[in-house]
Amino acid sequence: MTEFTPILSFSGGLLIGLATVALMAVHGRIAGINGIVGGLLSLNINSDWAWRAAFITGIVTSPLVLLGATGQLPEISIPSSPTLLLAGGFLTGVGTTLGSGCTSGHGVCGMSRLSARSIVATMTFMATGGVTVFLIRHVFGG
Amino acid sequence: MIRLLSAFAIGLVFGTGILISGMGNPAKVLNFFDVTGTWDPSLAFVMSGALTVAAIGYRLAFRMNSPVLASEFSLPTKTDLDMKLIGGSAIFGIGWGMSGFCPGGLVPVLGLGLSGPFLTGAAIVAGILVARGITTLGSRPSPAQA
Repeated sequence: MTEFTPILSFSGGLLIGLATVALMAVHGRIAGINGIVGGLLSLNINSDWAWRAAFITGIVTSPLVLLGATGQLPEISIPSSPTLLLAGGFLTGVGTTLGSGCTSGHGVCGMSRLSARSIVATMTFMATGGVTVFLIRHVFGG
Repeated sequence: MIRLLSAFAIGLVFGTGILISGMGNPAKVLNFFDVTGTWDPSLAFVMSGALTVAAIGYRLAFRMNSPVLASEFSLPTKTDLDMKLIGGSAIFGIGWGMSGFCPGGLVPVLGLGLSGPFLTGAAIVAGILVARGITTLGSRPSPAQA
């Protein structure tokens, strides 16, 4: 069980939205994490590479903001085995690259622009995510 | 320099939002998907918060002639609903349901220094590189048949 946290989750969502808008208003870019990380994996180190690296560094540093504000680090718990993490991570990398986006790129940026591609992509990955969890937890009894 | 500082600051806000929201906590993500089991609907509130701000904010931002620190808005131009989009997204959902980490949920958690997120991150990088390889091979003109 995890605790239902509608207010905290909504507040976090507002911040995600705020950062998404800021990246567009200031830098003219879509805040799609997979695309930005993918850009960092390019050998062509140019000015795009630099803002991407700065953005990702900011994200990685964010636990310290929470530590400063609340005095504690966020608690996370990882139910999946290392094998599932590896396999799931690999499929995530393959799928978001072929599908041109993840939860942030399609789910937030694209859906808020009413992009048909992003709406279809988001419905697809939410559906297969749900089916996967159902199979792992209730059919194979993981 | 101002561009880098700004991108860094926006990253801090994004990551803090992810951590507060629970998107970086695989237990919460997997419970969101587990509608018939230990369902935790919190993540629907993350999406509604983010979409509300983004939908209004994007509209306001696009009223500007150009972004504050860039010459133009870079937006995706593709509009076709092809198999690559749908198949890729389907594969991503399967991966997300296995690990509980989407890319945006994972990156802030890397800062906590736990081994699970790094393992997942390494696998995501491998997946990105493999998919790029496949795409490059696929887009190369096939050798002429004799």
